[in-house]
Amino acid sequence: MSELTLAGALTDALATALDKDQRVLVIGEDVGQTGGVFRITDGLIGRFGDQRVIDTPVAESGIVGAAFGMAVAGLRPVAEIQFMGFSYPAYDQILSHVARIRNRSQHRFSAPMVIRMPCGGGFGAAEHHSESTEAIYAHIPGLKVVIPATPYDAKGLLLAAIDSPDPVIFLEPIRLYRLVREEVPEGYYTVEIGKARIETEGSDVSIITWGAMTHEVREAVEVLAADGISAEMVDLRTLRPLDEDAIIDSVQKTGRAVVVQEAPKTAGFGAEIAALIGERALYSLHAPVERVAGWDTTIPLKKAEHRYMPTTEAIVAAARRTLDA
Amino acid sequence: MKDIVAVWWFGGDSRRVAWPNMRNILDLEGRLVGEAPIDIETTRRLYRALIETRAYDKKGTTLQRQGRLATYAPLLGQEAAQVGSAAALDPHDWMVATYRDAGAMWMQGYPWEVLLLSRSGDERGGRPPVHVDVLPPSITVGAHMIHAVGISWAEKLQGTDRIAITYFGDGATSEGDFHEAMNFAGVFKTPTVFLCQNNGYAISMPRERQTASDTIAQKADAYGMVGEQVDGNDLFAVYEATKEAVDRARAGEGATLIEAVTYRVGPHTTNDDPGRYRDPEEERLALDRDPIERVRRYLEHEGAWDADWEEAVQAKASTTIERAVELAESLLPPSPEDIFGAVYEEMSPDLRRQFEQVTS
Repeated sequence: MSELTLAGALTDALATALDKDQRVLVIGEDVGQTGGVFRITDGLIGRFGDQRVIDTPVAESGIVGAAFGMAVAGLRPVAEIQFMGFSYPAYDQILSHVARIRNRSQHRFSAPMVIRMPCGGGFGAAEHHSESTEAIYAHIPGLKVVIPATPYDAKGLLLAAIDSPDPVIFLEPIRLYRLVREEVPEGYYTVEIGKARIETEGSDVSIITWGAMTHEVREAVEVLAADGISAEMVDLRTLRPLDEDAIIDSVQKTGRAVVVQEAPKTAGFGAEIAALIGERALYSLHAPVERVAGWDTTIPLKKAEHRYMPTTEAIVAAARRTLDA
Repeated sequence: MKDIVAVWWFGGDSRRVAWPNMRNILDLEGRLVGEAPIDIETTRRLYRALIETRAYDKKGTTLQRQGRLATYAPLLGQEAAQVGSAAALDPHDWMVATYRDAGAMWMQGYPWEVLLLSRSGDERGGRPPVHVDVLPPSITVGAHMIHAVGISWAEKLQGTDRIAITYFGDGATSEGDFHEAMNFAGVFKTPTVFLCQNNGYAISMPRERQTASDTIAQKADAYGMVGEQVDGNDLFAVYEATKEAVDRARAGEGATLIEAVTYRVGPHTTNDDPGRYRDPEEERLALDRDPIERVRRYLEHEGAWDADWEEAVQAKASTTIERAVELAESLLPPSPEDIFGAVYEEMSPDLRRQFEQVTS
């Protein structure tokens, strides 16, 4: 065991995978000598060489398209896109080919590959560096969409993603990269894709979230607890395939639900969760489902960004509204 | 004669463009203006392949008219570009092609009946036999070329001698993904062959509307790879240029761009009406450059063709395609299991819930 940040756990996972499986390789912009813009691939080129840690031209569609070909031909590429906001040139590759080759070829070909993308805002970056567009990936049949919130999960989920027979969009909340350290086991282990994690058990209200918002939700759970309100925190970890049962079990137990996302509210993934609760747990509800989300604006730049980010206070207030209903 | 061959009827704006460096071995009369790259027996085998490809193509259009296929994209006139290039591959080489490349795909082992299935609106048409590494035809234009780069790169990294060929049209060279694919292939020296069939049109737009370059082949210069223009209706020139490209790729000398200049005699697809954008006279003139007739004349000059053999070849092609149609049409439509079961390796619990709604 060693104390690692989420970023460190990801590096450890990549090294573990490269060491374990000769088919695994890392491909992306500046992933070699520089170790990636967030240093997630730091040191890997020295250990595994430039045939397995590959610096590419600046071309996201090319990176994903080439990695797709590699996966079809039997390798296990892990492609890095520098920021989620730079992934859109590759969207056609992801949507039209990566996600579909298994169906198109009826299992004859497949694309076991991982596309890593740092995501989310809250750190005052330039435009396009703070995106939370997970919904546009979660909407696509054939993709798995994973977003870890703890160092332990980050390593275990990334190793599971690399082992997955199907393509995985692996979202890395930038704000959590170096926020906390946690004991992370050495060597190989996986965390199952498609399974949510109940971080805090509670009986009064379910707060369902994923990614960086786990930080605010965790604070909100503490504030509520101090007030005698028992909130259950559900960290989805995987958006697709969605652990529907974990959500429904929790809401049936508490009878109240708050869905928290950093992305703009309208047509966000939180809407899917709210709809699911409506379909499968409506009669357990004592109050309308609350959504806490970013505004339906482009995420503001540094000076006004704090006005956009969902706050601990907003989550607490939403939880209280469900109890007052 | 050489001059006449080098003058290519080029569509759209009805102007003639001369490309003096275009590789050419067989002239319009089927006479050698260079050295034949293959022997007579092989030429006879490829002639049979040309005839069979045309039989398939004609059947495709007919079946679509009868409502038995979904939209069909004829390859009429492009048979030599496809058969000649594919003939230069090893059986274990990869192919990444498009909806108009049935001739090339079949040459590499993709069965006619599976091609027909794919055109009939059936996912199982994307599943070639296990030993055939030909990807299902790409329907989107241009995104697939980088797949051949990635595939052949993986083979290189794994130390095999397998290469990948990718087929695309003149229109696809306008896509940004063409640039990215060529660029990656150049930078990483991947064993990839880029086979552009410049058939003069991207749906209604002539080649001139796709690029201001004099040739498509010259684009290779910008990526640090070999580029060459060949007469795409000349079986020998296409074969020879592709064989050289394949050999270079296998020898670790990187990728090649081949521009095979041909002509799309038919419409873009069975939904298209070329009368809206080109003079029918063009299509008539294209018949003079028929890629199959040229080989037939060559074989005749060589004493390797007669009417009896022709009849036998035509009859065999017809029987083969008819049998493929029967096979393709004997299958029941895909089941919900085929559709839901191929989204992921294993059906996820949420998907299974939907599957049960469909099947209950």
